[in-house]
Amino acid sequence: MTEIQNILTIILIVAGSFFMLVGSIGVVRLPDFFTRSHATSKSDTLGIMLIILGLMVYEGFCLNSLKLLIIFVFVAIANPVGAHALARAALSFGIKPWFKKEDKKEE
Amino acid sequence: MESFFIFMAIGLTVIIIIPFYRVIEGPTVFDRLLGAGAIGTKTLVLILLLGHLFGRLEMFIDIALAYSILNFIGSLIVAKYFSTDNSKE
Repeated sequence: MTEIQNILTIILIVAGSFFMLVGSIGVVRLPDFFTRSHATSKSDTLGIMLIILGLMVYEGFCLNSLKLLIIFVFVAIANPVGAHALARAALSFGIKPWFKKEDKKEE
Repeated sequence: MESFFIFMAIGLTVIIIIPFYRVIEGPTVFDRLLGAGAIGTKTLVLILLLGHLFGRLEMFIDIALAYSILNFIGSLIVAKYFSTDNSKE
């Protein structure tokens, strides 16, 4: 039983850190604030959820997994809401979304 | 299995350093906020991994929960502060 747990944990945590790496690169490389908030709110959240799932699998059925589940649910709700608040504040602050040079709508 | 967690924690610190470029370079205030928010959410996972390495996961889970709540409320408040462009006077 523990072999399967270990393998599953390794797969989940490696996938989670891969998505967080993608999120970090997205924050740096994307051209505009609104496109960057895609990176942080989506791929970071997915990375965190996968890593927390990996830790939960590694912990098995105990109090720690319940607390990890609470963090899992909270991050799943809080991260997008925070990014939405930032994007709304940026839009009301007067930051124009980025368009491609040929005026093709890029959202 | 423990060395795997140590290796992941080291890899995570590298991943955390990348958004610092956006915090320093960010043309607008909101890019810096985004970079800081990204770093905050990633340190949450680093706390959990370190908690597991130190063997006392129960304590570190509470720390991570409090940290994620603070990070969320902090970004909300700062976003609200910057939404009205009062800095233009």
